[in-house]
Amino acid sequence: MYDTGKILAGIIIFLGAITFPIWYDAVTGKAATKPEPKIITSEKQCVESATYMRDYHMKLLHQWRDQVVRENMHLYKGIDGKTYNISLTNTCLNCHSNKKDFCDQCHNYVGVNPTCWNCHIIPEEKG
Amino acid sequence: MDNSKRNFLKIAGFSLLGIGAHPLKKILASKEEPKFLPPPKALPGKRWAMVIDIKKCKTDCYDCINACHQLHNVPNFGNPKDEVKWIWKEPYEKVFPGEENKYTAEYIDQTLKGIEFLLLCNHCDNPPCVRVCPTKATWKRADGIVMMDYHRCIGCRFCMAACPYGSRSLNWRDPRPFIKTINKEFPTRTRGVVEKCNFCSERLAKGLMPACVEACKEKALVFGDLEDPNSPVRELLRSHHSIRRKAHLGTMPQIYYIV
Repeated sequence: MYDTGKILAGIIIFLGAITFPIWYDAVTGKAATKPEPKIITSEKQCVESATYMRDYHMKLLHQWRDQVVRENMHLYKGIDGKTYNISLTNTCLNCHSNKKDFCDQCHNYVGVNPTCWNCHIIPEEKG
Repeated sequence: MDNSKRNFLKIAGFSLLGIGAHPLKKILASKEEPKFLPPPKALPGKRWAMVIDIKKCKTDCYDCINACHQLHNVPNFGNPKDEVKWIWKEPYEKVFPGEENKYTAEYIDQTLKGIEFLLLCNHCDNPPCVRVCPTKATWKRADGIVMMDYHRCIGCRFCMAACPYGSRSLNWRDPRPFIKTINKEFPTRTRGVVEKCNFCSERLAKGLMPACVEACKEKALVFGDLEDPNSPVRELLRSHHSIRRKAHLGTMPQIYYIV
């Protein structure tokens, strides 16, 4: 075989380059950590179950938005039978008052950048 | 095989009935309670409108404008080219162009000189802004309010071109830094979004009168339901002569001025 050394070296460099995402974390010790959103609230229950909210909060928020702005429906009946005023800043963020430790945790992890906060006001964060 | 033609038809008939089972189940199971409910304390109204008694309106008073702009986080860019306004004042000639003749100058000088007219979105019955909006970001509600959905606005400014009253403003820049004190109850807008007066739809839902009406100490602004013959707006329109801005354009504006 001609140029065995060159070919082998090329293969090694190629493999090294394409496995970069795998060994980079191990070498630098900066492995991506699982996001751990924290909530500071005394409430036990969100408007829907936690699993539902985890999977579908974006869809629920879109529904809320359309209902309150376009259909003039201002109240939402939650899973616990209570009615909630439909408002991102004044209802959701009452409990989820720590955007940095809650919303941003997962949003940064999955690299999404929701534009909610361009208009909706984030309450001042405590601690 | 005892599968006669008769048996085959029976089975086929029952199978066909089965097709209806799923829709039937859906109908029977649809007794679910609605998830979204209308606001319970909302003011009832079929056609909201406003009457402005311009003689009561004080020239140097900006209470209504301040109340509105503070409540709705309206930015002040300090520059007339970028100006964003929901409610504002202009002199007679600019408000009612085309109404003048050789002798109105005399009349205007006497009675309307120095008087500034209070202007806001006319919440037209036939709103041209709604017709041109390509994204349905603006529409007329059943109660007559011409609403904006800022989420859908793409900033094309067709509505601004269509509105003959200049009631709409575009945010050329991010408005946040230009809002003196932010009202946390109401969202701000973002760059590239058109905004205008919403007849305080968020306050009507809570059972409150619009902020400008509440702020006016002279009671020059009267808000109410035009379809209700006993409403204060109808009472005023019955007892006074009123004019509307550019009514000949066919937009059917719903802000009435008593002069």
